[in-house]
Amino acid sequence: MFTYYLELALRSLKRSPGLTALMVLTIAFGVAASMTTYSVFRAVSGDPIPWKSSKLFVPQIDMWGPNGRGSDGEPPDAMDYNDAVTLMRDHRARLQSAMYQISPSIVPADASKHPINVSGHAVYSEFFPMLDVPFLYGSGWSTDDDTQRAAVVVISSKLNQKLFGGSNSVGKTVNVEGKDYRVVGVLNDWNPQPRFFDVVNSGGFSTGVEDVFLPFQRAISVGIPNDGNTNCNAVPTESGFVGLQHSACVWIAYMAELDDAAAVIAYKQYLDGYAHDAQQSGRFGWAPNNRLRDLPAWLDNQHVVPSDTKVSLLVALGLLLACLVNTAGLLLAKFLRRSSEIGVRRALGAPRMAIYAQFLVEAGMIGLAGGVLGLLLTGVGVASVGWVLPKDIAALARVDISLLLITLLVAVIATTLAGLYPTFRASRVQPAWQLKSN
Amino acid sequence: MDILPILSTLRRHKLTSWLLILEIALTCAIVCNAVFLIGQRLQRMDMPSGVAEHELLQIQVADVTSPSNPYARLAEDMAALRQVPGVLSVASSNEVPFGNSSSNGNIRLDPAQPERTLNATTYFGENLVQTLGPRLVSGRDLQSDDFVDVEAALKGLSTGDSKSLPHVTLITQTLAERLWPGQNPLGRIIYLTPTVGLRVVGVLDSLARPNAYDQAKAQYSMVVPLRMGADKDLSYLIRARPEDRANVLAAALVALKKVDPQRVVTMQRSFDEVRRKFFQDDRAMAGMLVGVIVALLIVTALGIVGLASFWVAQRRRTIGVRRALGATRGNILHYFQTENFVLATFGIALGMVLAYGVNLFLMSHYELPRLPGIYFPVGAVLLWLIGQLAVLGPALRAAAVPPVVATRSV
Repeated sequence: MFTYYLELALRSLKRSPGLTALMVLTIAFGVAASMTTYSVFRAVSGDPIPWKSSKLFVPQIDMWGPNGRGSDGEPPDAMDYNDAVTLMRDHRARLQSAMYQISPSIVPADASKHPINVSGHAVYSEFFPMLDVPFLYGSGWSTDDDTQRAAVVVISSKLNQKLFGGSNSVGKTVNVEGKDYRVVGVLNDWNPQPRFFDVVNSGGFSTGVEDVFLPFQRAISVGIPNDGNTNCNAVPTESGFVGLQHSACVWIAYMAELDDAAAVIAYKQYLDGYAHDAQQSGRFGWAPNNRLRDLPAWLDNQHVVPSDTKVSLLVALGLLLACLVNTAGLLLAKFLRRSSEIGVRRALGAPRMAIYAQFLVEAGMIGLAGGVLGLLLTGVGVASVGWVLPKDIAALARVDISLLLITLLVAVIATTLAGLYPTFRASRVQPAWQLKSN
Repeated sequence: MDILPILSTLRRHKLTSWLLILEIALTCAIVCNAVFLIGQRLQRMDMPSGVAEHELLQIQVADVTSPSNPYARLAEDMAALRQVPGVLSVASSNEVPFGNSSSNGNIRLDPAQPERTLNATTYFGENLVQTLGPRLVSGRDLQSDDFVDVEAALKGLSTGDSKSLPHVTLITQTLAERLWPGQNPLGRIIYLTPTVGLRVVGVLDSLARPNAYDQAKAQYSMVVPLRMGADKDLSYLIRARPEDRANVLAAALVALKKVDPQRVVTMQRSFDEVRRKFFQDDRAMAGMLVGVIVALLIVTALGIVGLASFWVAQRRRTIGVRRALGATRGNILHYFQTENFVLATFGIALGMVLAYGVNLFLMSHYELPRLPGIYFPVGAVLLWLIGQLAVLGPALRAAAVPPVVATRSV
C-alpha cells in the first residue's frame, strides 16, 4: 500500500512542478539555515572533556575584597602568585595544577634558521594526568621535576614535526629562550575546544595550538613572563615579572580534580578555612567569599558560548518556523485543490485513514526532498560560515553523520507536521458534495 | 473598493487566511528585531577611535635574549624607525585603541575616597599624541621633561619618593565631562593611588580604549608620561601616508631586524586591521542577520505568490461570473490587491505584538535595549510592499480570466 501512496504522491508532485519546487526550496532553506547555525552552536557549547568535566573544579579566592568584586559580587576569575603556590603546596585535591600562559621563543639548532615564537603554558606535572592529555611519545614530567625545577619540556606533535621531522624526540634537547630543555613527551593531536583549562586567557576558543608545556616553577625561576591577561586591583609596587609575582595582581589559572561529593565539600571547607585564616591574620578585611565551580558551571559563568551564537540560533529557528508555516499554507492549497479527487476516492470506499496515509506520504516526500537539498545547502553553509563568523569559532563547525541525520529528520518531521492540518482538512472532504458539484 | 465582501470571502477561507497572516506576522517580528540588531552592530562598528586610522602601523617584536638596557634599545629602535623613508612619526606605546590588550587604572578624585570613581585605561609611551593624532582641545601636550621611566616610577611608589612619579596627564573630553561635568578640567587632579596624583594639563577630543566593549565607557582614556623600555608587550606605532604604508612596514621590519637579527616579529599590522579584527564579531553577526532577513522575505513573498495563485485558480468561475456581470479587469485586479492588503494588515498588527514580545525576551536574556518605535512603521511599510509585489502576478492572471468562463460548467 505504501508503494502505491508513493506512486500517487510522485504523480501529484509532478502535476504541479512549480509549487513542489517552491515547497522543497522553502524547506531546504529553513533547514539549512537552522542546521548551519546549530552546527556552530553545537561546536561551541559542547563539553570539551565529557568523561571528566563534572570532576574538574576551578577554585576562586576573593583576595581583592568588596572593592575588587564585579557588579555581581563575584571574586576575581584568576589567582595571584601567592595563593596559587600556597594551594599547590597544600595539595588538597587528588590532582591539581596552577598554570599560566607563556609565549617563549624557540631557537632552532640549525643556526641559519630564524627563532620561532610559540605559545603554551607553564603547568605542574599533575596537569597531564588530570586532563587525560594524550601522548604520542614519552609522557609528562614527574613531581620531582616540579620541585627540582628541571629543564624539561613537553611539545606538541606539530612542533615535533617542525623541529625533529616527526621522529621520536624524547631525550633530545630544545632551546627555549636561550636555554636547553630535555624533551620528555610529545603530545598526540590535542586541541580541546573550548580551551577549558585556561578560559580566562583564551576567551574559550583559540585557533592557535599549545606548542610547549614547561614546569611551572622552572618557568618562574628562569623568568619566562606571563603572556596572558593580568588584572590588578592596585599598581604593583615592584616592576617586572618578579614584581608581578609579589603583587596582588591575578594572572594564574587553577584547576583541581575532585572525585566525589565528599572531596568537593572538603575542598570547599579548605578554601573557606584558607580565606578565614587570611582574615584572622589581617590580610583580608572581609569574610570568605570563595567559589568552587565544576567545569560546565565554570564555562557557563565565563560566558564561553558567545551570546551571538545563541541569538543566531534563535534567529535561524525563527526562519525555520516561518518556512514551515509557509509550507503548511502551500500544502493546504495543494491538497484542497484536489477535493474532487478525494471525493471520488472516498465515494469508492477509501476510509479516512487511507486519505491520511496518502497525503502524509506526500508531505513526507516533500520533506525528504527538502531535507536532501537542505543537506547540500547545509554543507555549503558550514563551509562558508568562516566568511561570517570569527575564524576560531567557524573552524569548529563540522558536518558529520549525526548532523546529516538530524538535518534529514528535522526536514521530514517538520514537513509532516506542517502537512498534518492540511491532511486533516483533506480527509474531511464530503464525498457526496464533491461528486455533486462536478 | 468595498472591503466587506472581501472580509466575508476570507471568513470562508479562515484557515488559509490565518496561515498567511501568521506567516506575515512571523516575518514582521523577525525582520523588525533583526534589523534592530543589525542597526546596533553597525552603530558599534562605527565607534570613533580618535586616531588617524588610515595612516598608522603597529609592530611588536620579542627579543630572544633580553637587551641589557631596554631603554637604550628603545632609543635605538625608535631612531632606526625614524630613518625609514616615508615615516612621518614614530611612537612607543603600551596599547592601541581597539587593540584588546590594555592597562587600566582606578581613578579617584579624592585620595581618601574608599571606592573608585571609575575605571579608565592608561596609555603610556613616547610621542603618542603626535603619532596617533587625536586633536588637543585645550591645554598642552606632554613634554619631554614630564616623562619618567616605569621602573623609576614603581620604585618611587614603594619608597614614597614623589620626584620619580609622573605628575601630569592628558584625558579625553568624555572623561573630563564625566569627572567634572560642565567645569574646566585643566589643573584638576586625579588619583591613581593615594600617592599618585596627576594634574590634567590637556584635553583630547577623542581616544578610544583598547577594550572598548561598553560604548558608554569607550572613551575613558588617559595618557600618562611614563616611558617603557623595549619589551615584547611594547608596540612601535608608525605614522605614514596611507599609500606608503605597505612599503614603510616592510622597511621598518628590516630596520628593526638590523638592530638585532635574533629578534622575532610577533605582530605587524595596519590600524585598519586592528579595527577589522576588533569588530569582526559585530560584522559577522550583521552579515548573518542580513542573510536571514533576505531569505525570510523571499520565502514569505514566494508563499504569498503560491497561496494567491491557488486562490485565483479556485475562484476562476466566480471571477468569470463577476466579469460577465460587468466588472472590469481593474475591479478584479483591485479585489486581489485589496485582499492582500487586508491580510497583510492583520499580519503586521499581529507581527508588531510578536516583535515586541521577542524584543522583551531578548532584553531579558541577552542585555539588549528596547526596540525603538521607528522600526514598527518601517517594518509595516516593507511588508505591505512585499505583499503587493508578490500578489501582483496572480492578480494580473485573475484579471485576465475571460467572462466566458462563467458559461462553462467545469
